[in-house]
Amino acid sequence: MIKKLTKYIGQFKFATIVTPFSMIGEVICEMVIPVLMGRIVDKGIYGKDMSYIIHTGLLMLAVALLGLMFGFIGAFMGAKASAGFARNLRKAMFDNIQMYSFANIDHFSPSSLVTRLTTDVTNMQNAFMMTLRMAMRAPASLIIAMTMSFLISPRLASVYLVAVTILSVFLFFVMGRASRYFKQVFERYDDLNESVQENVSAIRVVKAYVREDHEINRFQKAAMNIYLMFCKAELNISFISPAMMFVVYTCILLISWLGAHMIIQNSLTTGELMSLLTYCMNILMSLMMLSMVFVMITMSQASAKRILEVIEERSTLQDPEDPIREVSDGSICFDHVNFAYNAESKEPVLKDICLSIRSGESIGIIGGTGSAKSSLVNLISRLYDVTGGTLSVGGHDVKAYSIEALRGKVAVVLQKNVLFSGTIYENLRWGNRNATDEECREACRLACADEFIETMPDDYNTRIEQGGSNVSGGQKQRLCIARALMMKPRVIIFDDSTSAVDTATDAKIRKQLSESIPDTTKLVIAQRISSVENCDRIVVMDDGRINGVGTHEELLKTNRIYKEVYDSQVGSSDDADFDEKR
Amino acid sequence: MAEERVKEVKLGGPGGRGMRGMPRAKVDHPGQLFMRLMKYVFKYYAVHMIVVMICIVVSVLASVQGTMFTKTLIDSYITPMMGQSDPDYGPLLAAMGRVALFYGIGIAASFTQARVMVYVNQGTLKRLREELFSHMESLPVSYFDTHSHGDIMSVYTNDIDTLRQMISQSLPQLLNSAITIVSIFSMMIVLSIPLTALTVAMVFVMMAVSVWATKTSGRNFVAQQKNLGSINGFIEETMSGEKVVKVFCHEEECKEKFDELNEELYQSAYKANAYSNILGPITSQLGNTSYVLCAMVGGMLALNSYLGFTVGGLASFLTFNKSFNMPINQVTMQFNSIISALAGAQRVFALLDEKPEADEGYVTLVNTKMENGRLVETADHTEQWAWKHFHKAEGTTTYQPLEGDVTFNDVDFGYTPEKMVLHDIVIHAKPGQKIALVGSTGAGKTTITNLINRFYDIQDGKIRFDDINVNKIRKADLRRSLGVVLQDTHLFTDTVRENIRYGKLDATDEEVEAAAKLANADSFIRRLPKGYDTELTGDGANLSQGQRQLLAIARAAVADPPVLILDEATSSIDTRTEKIVQDGMDKLMKGRTTFVIAHRLSTIRNSDVIIVLEQGRIVEQGTHEQLLDLRGRYYQLWTGKKPELAS
Repeated sequence: MIKKLTKYIGQFKFATIVTPFSMIGEVICEMVIPVLMGRIVDKGIYGKDMSYIIHTGLLMLAVALLGLMFGFIGAFMGAKASAGFARNLRKAMFDNIQMYSFANIDHFSPSSLVTRLTTDVTNMQNAFMMTLRMAMRAPASLIIAMTMSFLISPRLASVYLVAVTILSVFLFFVMGRASRYFKQVFERYDDLNESVQENVSAIRVVKAYVREDHEINRFQKAAMNIYLMFCKAELNISFISPAMMFVVYTCILLISWLGAHMIIQNSLTTGELMSLLTYCMNILMSLMMLSMVFVMITMSQASAKRILEVIEERSTLQDPEDPIREVSDGSICFDHVNFAYNAESKEPVLKDICLSIRSGESIGIIGGTGSAKSSLVNLISRLYDVTGGTLSVGGHDVKAYSIEALRGKVAVVLQKNVLFSGTIYENLRWGNRNATDEECREACRLACADEFIETMPDDYNTRIEQGGSNVSGGQKQRLCIARALMMKPRVIIFDDSTSAVDTATDAKIRKQLSESIPDTTKLVIAQRISSVENCDRIVVMDDGRINGVGTHEELLKTNRIYKEVYDSQVGSSDDADFDEKR
Repeated sequence: MAEERVKEVKLGGPGGRGMRGMPRAKVDHPGQLFMRLMKYVFKYYAVHMIVVMICIVVSVLASVQGTMFTKTLIDSYITPMMGQSDPDYGPLLAAMGRVALFYGIGIAASFTQARVMVYVNQGTLKRLREELFSHMESLPVSYFDTHSHGDIMSVYTNDIDTLRQMISQSLPQLLNSAITIVSIFSMMIVLSIPLTALTVAMVFVMMAVSVWATKTSGRNFVAQQKNLGSINGFIEETMSGEKVVKVFCHEEECKEKFDELNEELYQSAYKANAYSNILGPITSQLGNTSYVLCAMVGGMLALNSYLGFTVGGLASFLTFNKSFNMPINQVTMQFNSIISALAGAQRVFALLDEKPEADEGYVTLVNTKMENGRLVETADHTEQWAWKHFHKAEGTTTYQPLEGDVTFNDVDFGYTPEKMVLHDIVIHAKPGQKIALVGSTGAGKTTITNLINRFYDIQDGKIRFDDINVNKIRKADLRRSLGVVLQDTHLFTDTVRENIRYGKLDATDEEVEAAAKLANADSFIRRLPKGYDTELTGDGANLSQGQRQLLAIARAAVADPPVLILDEATSSIDTRTEKIVQDGMDKLMKGRTTFVIAHRLSTIRNSDVIIVLEQGRIVEQGTHEQLLDLRGRYYQLWTGKKPELAS
C-alpha cells in the first residue's frame, strides 16, 4: 500500500528526500550541543578557563545556528513535500473520477467521495509530514545519542541499552493495544455521528411526533458507549507517562551512582556525567516519538485504503482501439439486449429487448416506477454497457464509437438533473463550448425557457446558484433541455424531463422540437400519457421487458397496462402540476 | 434503477479526525471562553481536578528535586570525595535513597493524575455531548433552517475532538509547565539574580518569535481553511452532478478548475504548516543561545567568585536554564492547539446558548371518560382524549373533547419580520374534513401546515384548535394530536417495525402490523429479507422512494391522530402505484381532519375544501365543482388552458 502511494510524491521527491536528511542534520547539531555544554562545564568552568568558555560558547552558537538552518529546511521542505503529496493525491483521485463510468459512480456515493478527497487526504498529509520529519529523526537521535553515550562510557551506556529494550517492548505492547481500542472508538464515533446526522436532518419528524426524549435516550446510549471505549483506550495510554518517568528516574539514579564512583576513580569527568544525563532524556524521548509515529501510521492506514480505492478503481468503459468518430444518423437498434447493473445479480434489469428505431422517429416510453425505462435509454449513449445482445446507433455497435463522439451526438436530459453554479450562458455552453449568444438564445426559445430568462434580473447573465436553487423545478428542467439542445444531437433523450413543466408548455416544447429538429431521433420517457400520446410510437415497459409497442390508439385497444395508466390519469385533463416537483 | 444514494455529507469524517490544529475562526474573548470551559470542568469534577492539581504539583516537585540533586551530587558528594583514598559512599547512598523515594512519590502522583484525568476528560466530553444533543432537540425548527447541517455536525465531531485534545493534553501540560516554570524560577533566583534576568530576557525573545510564527501560520491556516472550503464546495457540486459532467463530456474543464483550486490549497497548506513547523527549531535554538550566554556571563561571575557564585552553582544554574526553557517551549508549541480548541469551545457554547423553543402552553391533552354526563380525567387508556383547560380568571378547569377542528383567523406570517410570506389566511377545517392546499412553489402551502403544529409562530391573527388558541396548548400535546407525512421521508437506523412504532412508542406488534396493512405497506415489508425486523440503514437507503413513503404513512397511521397533514406524501410514486397507496391514504384519512398538499390535482379532487394559494394569499377556496364554475386560476390549471403558470 505504501509503495502505491509513494508514486504520488511526484515532483516533490527532492523535498521528500531533503526533509529527513535535514532532520538528521538538526539531530546531529542537537547531539553535539550537550557535548559542548559538558565541555563548558568541565574544562571551562571547573577548569576556570574563561577563554575556553567563550570559544566553546561561540562554537556552540555556531552549531545552534546550523541546527536552526537545518530546522528551517526541514520545516519548509517537510511542509512542502506533504502539502504537495496531498495535492497530487487529490489530483490523482479527481482525474480518475473523471474517467469513471456511471457504474463506477454508482459504486461510490458523492458524499463518500467528498470525504475521501478532503478529510482522508488531510489525514494522509499529516501522517506523511509526521513520517518525513519524525520517522528518520527519532531513530537517528536514538542512535546518535546511544553512540555518544558509548563513546563516553560503554559501561554506563549499557544501562541505557537495557532501559531502551525494556521500554520499547512496553511501548510496543501498550500502543498496539491502544491503537486497537482507538479504532473501535472511531467506529463508535460513526454511530454517534449517525445519530446526530439523523436528528439534524429529520428534526421535523422528531418534533412532529414529540420524540425528543426518545432520541435523547438513544443518543445517551451512544455517548455512553463512546465514553466507556475512550476510557478503556486512554486508561491504557495512562501507563505510558509514569512508565517513562520510572525508566528515566531509574536511569538517572543508576548513572549518578555508577558515575560518582567512576568520577572518583578518575575514569569519568563531571561534564561527561552531565552529558550522559542529557542523552538519557534524548534517547527515551525519541523512543516515545517513534511509538507515536507508529500509532499515527496505523491510524492513517484506513484513510490510505479509502484513497487508493478511488485511485485504483478502473473505469468499466473503455474506448475501442480504432474508434469511429462520427455518428452518421440517429437510428437505434436494440438486438436481444440484456442488462444488469451488477454482473453478479441473477435477475437482469432489462430482459431481451428488441427494438428498432428509425432516424428522426419520436418514441414515447411509459411504465411504472422500477420498470427500467431509464436503464433502457441510458444504454444508448453508453452510460452503461449492455450485458448481453448488441445495441447499435447509426448502424454501428455503440462500443465501436469513441465515447466522446457518441455522447456528443446522443444528448440525454437526465431525470435527476443538475445545473452548476455560474451564469445561464455558462450553463448552456456545457452543451457546446463555442456557441454564440445567438445559438444559446435559440436553444432556450425551443425549450420555452426564453420567457422566464428574460424576466430575470440579468437575463442570460443571471447567476445560477449551486444546485440551481434559485430557479423553480420547471424552469430548471427547461434550462436542462436547452442545454442538451445546444449539442445539436442526432438523438435526444428526455428522461422524465418535463414532469414539472405544465402541460401546455410541455406540448409547446414538443411541437417546436418536432418542427425545428425533425431529423433528430427523440425518445421521451414520461409519467403523463399526454407527453407521449403524439409520438410516432410508444413503448410500454413493465418489469424490464417491452410489454407493448404501438401508437396511442393501438395501445389503448391492445395494451392493458397502457389502458390502466391512461384511466388513472383521465378525468383531470391530466396532471396539472403547479411546477413544483423539484 | 441505480439511483445514487445521496446522503448528507459527513463533515470531518469518522470521528472528525483530520482537521485538528487549525483555527477556523477568530476567538472573540479567549480569556472568558477559557474561564467558562474551566467552570464547566470544575462544576462536575472539582474534587477530581483538585486531586489532579495536587498530583501535578507533587510530580513536578519530584522532578525538580531530581534536577537539584545534580548540583548536590557534584558539589556535596563527588567533589569532596575526589582525591580521597578511601571514600565513604554511605552518605551518597542515603541521599540517593531520599531522591529515589521522592521520585517514587512523583511517579505515583503522575500515574494517579493520568488516570483521574481520563475520567475528567471523557466525563466532561460525555456530559457536553449529551447537553449539546438534548439542547439541540429543544431548539426551534428555524434553527435548523438557518444553520447548515454540516456546521452542526462538525460541533459534535471536530470541535469536541479539539476540546478532547485540549483537556487531556494541553491543560495538564500547561499546569505542569506553569508549576515547573515557577519552581525552577525560584531556584534560579536563589542561585543568581543576574543570570536569571538574562534567562528571562531570552524567554521574552522566544515568546515574541513564537507569537510571530504562530500568527503567521494562523493566518495561513485560515487561508487554508477557506481554500479547503471552496475546493470542498467544488468537489461537492461536481460529485453530485458527475453524471451530467459525463453526459456532456465536460471532464477536462472540471479538471482544469480543480487544478486551479488544488494549487491554491497547496500553497496555503504549505505555508501554514511550514510556519508552524519552524516554531520548534526556533525556540529550541534560542534556548541553546540562552544557555551559552548564561555560561559566558556565569563563567565570568564564577571565576571571579563574584557575589559568592560558585562553580557548582553555575553548573546547576545551567541545568536549570535548560529545564526552564523546556516548559516554555512546550507552552509555545501548545499555542496553536489551544487557539483552535478555544474556537471549538466557542462553537460548542454558541450552540448551548441558542434559545430553546419557547412554550407557554398550559392546555394539556388527557385521557377522559364520561361520568354522570360529564367528562372526567382518568389515568386509564380510554383513547377518549380531551383538552384540559385551566381558566385562570375563574379558577376553574374544563375538559373539552379532542375533535380536530382547525381554524385560521386572518393569519399573517413571515420567517423574518421584514418579509411576510403569508397574508390574511382564513381557513376553517371542520372535524373530519379533507382540506387541500394547491399552488405553485413558494406559494406558502407547507408554511401553513408548519403553523398548525407550531414549528413557527405567527405574527398576527389566530389559529385555533378545537376552539382553543394553539398558543395556549402545550406544544408536545398539540403535536401529539397531529400526524404528519412529509415529502422527504426520514427513516431512522433501526428495524422497520421500530420505524413504524416511532408514531406511538407503546404500540403493540399487532398495532404496528395493522397500521402497515392500512398503508398498504404490509406486503412489501413481508417480502423484505427479515420482514418487519429488517434493519434500515442510512435513512432507509435500501428502500425505494415509494416504499419509504409507505412506511411514513404507516408511521402516521399507528399514531392515530385526529388531524393529519400530508405534505406531498405520494409525490414520488407513479400514477398506477399511487392508486394503490391512495386506497391506504383514503382509509387513513377517514374520520380525521386532513390537510393535503399535492401536486397531482387528480388526488385532491374529492376534497371538501380546495384552497388555491398564490404568493402567500388565498386566491380561491371551495369544492372542485365550485372552483371549476369560478373559471379562475383553478379552472385554468385543471384544464390546462393557459400556457404559462409560474412567474
